Amino acid sequence: MSTAALTFHPLRDSVTMLRRNLKRMLRYPSMTVMLVGMPVVFLLLFVYVLGGTLGAGLASGGGRAEYANYVAPAIILMTVAATVQGTAISIAMDMTEGIVARFRTMHIARVSVLTGHVLGSMIQAAISLAVVIGVALLVGFRPTAGPAGWLGAVGLLAAVTFALVWLAVALGQVSESVETASNLPMPLILLPFLGSGFVPTDSMPAGLRWFAEYQPFTPIIESLRGLLMAEPIGSDGWVALGWCAAVALGGYLWSRRLFNRESR
Amino acid sequence: MTTNQIAVTGLRKSFGDHVVLDGIDLRVPEGTVFSLLGANGAGKTTTVRILSTLLAADAGEVRVAGHDLAREPDAVRAAIGVTGQFSAVDKLLTGAENLRLMADLHHLPRAEGRQRVAGLLERFGLTEAAGKPASTYSGGMLRRLDLAMTLVGDPRVIFLDEPTTGLDPRSRRDMWQIVRDLVAGGVTIFLTTQYLEEADELADRIAVLDRGRVVAEGTPDELKRRIPGGHVRLRFADPQALDAAVRVLDRATRDTDALALRVPGDGSLRSLRALIGRLDDRGVEVDELSVHTPDLDDVFLALTDRKVTTS
Repeated sequence: MSTAALTFHPLRDSVTMLRRNLKRMLRYPSMTVMLVGMPVVFLLLFVYVLGGTLGAGLASGGGRAEYANYVAPAIILMTVAATVQGTAISIAMDMTEGIVARFRTMHIARVSVLTGHVLGSMIQAAISLAVVIGVALLVGFRPTAGPAGWLGAVGLLAAVTFALVWLAVALGQVSESVETASNLPMPLILLPFLGSGFVPTDSMPAGLRWFAEYQPFTPIIESLRGLLMAEPIGSDGWVALGWCAAVALGGYLWSRRLFNRESR
Repeated sequence: MTTNQIAVTGLRKSFGDHVVLDGIDLRVPEGTVFSLLGANGAGKTTTVRILSTLLAADAGEVRVAGHDLAREPDAVRAAIGVTGQFSAVDKLLTGAENLRLMADLHHLPRAEGRQRVAGLLERFGLTEAAGKPASTYSGGMLRRLDLAMTLVGDPRVIFLDEPTTGLDPRSRRDMWQIVRDLVAGGVTIFLTTQYLEEADELADRIAVLDRGRVVAEGTPDELKRRIPGGHVRLRFADPQALDAAVRVLDRATRDTDALALRVPGDGSLRSLRALIGRLDDRGVEVDELSVHTPDLDDVFLALTDRKVTTS
């Protein structure tokens, strides 16, 4: 046994695993379509069915057009949440199949099994976000951000996606079945509703308003909205990034522990 | 002097209160086939999972390919290949893509990887199906692809956990030939099976595992000498006849529910005639008589104190 054989290549192995995951996405396109479809349906529902009435309730007192601008950031975040639901499902599918057991007996950088999924999901999120933002623009979303604002928005979305993907990698592993894996990330899709995503928090009853103002999605949505609509975001940006860092680190450490635990 | 590619001393493993491996010792010399023979639940798969670094042992010392399993698991992983009981292929990828994935993970240069993939597809009769998703493969094809993936990394020690369970006789023979070819190439093989016939066909040495203990070890011939030549099964019309027969035959195992007796014997005509003679002399009426060649039950009956309680 030469010592050269015992070096690890985490980067190269991650790219190999990424290639595998991209191929799997292409072979199983119905999941991708479903994951992009959900936020698009919600966008259309909220803009065309509810938008006229909800828009009238905004502080600025606008109508449907005004509401499209208000709700778009929430739908954009929902797109990220839907994508990571797909991550959890793919991870759970992997764990129930024998291929991961094979990877575990091979001399490879172990983390690459997970980073391959993370990178694949980041790419999938980018594609989904492009589609959803495109549809939003078609139905009346009119962001006023300059290049710096867009850059900030893209950076924030990348940070949010990275954090939620690592959380989903852990959730996918902790699930005993693919069904559980598709249900566990559900709160991520519902949380924007219990925040400032769809209506301003001051219209909510006291207890709910307290929760809505402090839950992590609210500063993220506020920052995204501010960046896209070229409005000041105050401390929300830092709070949002803080949440992302915390969730990403927690998700990564939890995922690593789950992957290294021995299976029976 | 040959070196041992696998050396196990005092291996123990429990899941909660359930003792799966109760102190086993194994030695597998380089370039040989070693077969771990046992029924379902005997601890075969647990042994493979421990030796292939998937599971940590509770106690015991294990060296695989010259490396200590607990201290240098990565060095062990670099030297082994594992093909388990459940297929470890990516069913959404094609056969060729699965093999290429392995070539990439072993960091083979592109040209060499492509060459090896093509060679393995050819050798395992998968060239035609190479472009089809593995989900469309038959059981035998999946098992061959699985083993081909294990071979991409050119392992020196290969673990085969029940490689032919669930395969039709033809695929089983194919798999046996593949194993023989591998050994001819100098690879060491650790094989688990529940089929005596399979161990007999392939193994240089066999260990019989029963309830987490090695109850016998040796060459197939050594073991067969310790196993009597099967048994004769007698069935009776009523409990009285069964009781009468038990009084006549001292080495029989009784199965009261089935009104049957299992009499160990070497299967020769002479011993059969002697058995019939004894029953005839005492006027015991036998409803049905059948002669059975040695099977796993006979191995256990001969090698353990355990009585066969089921029919």
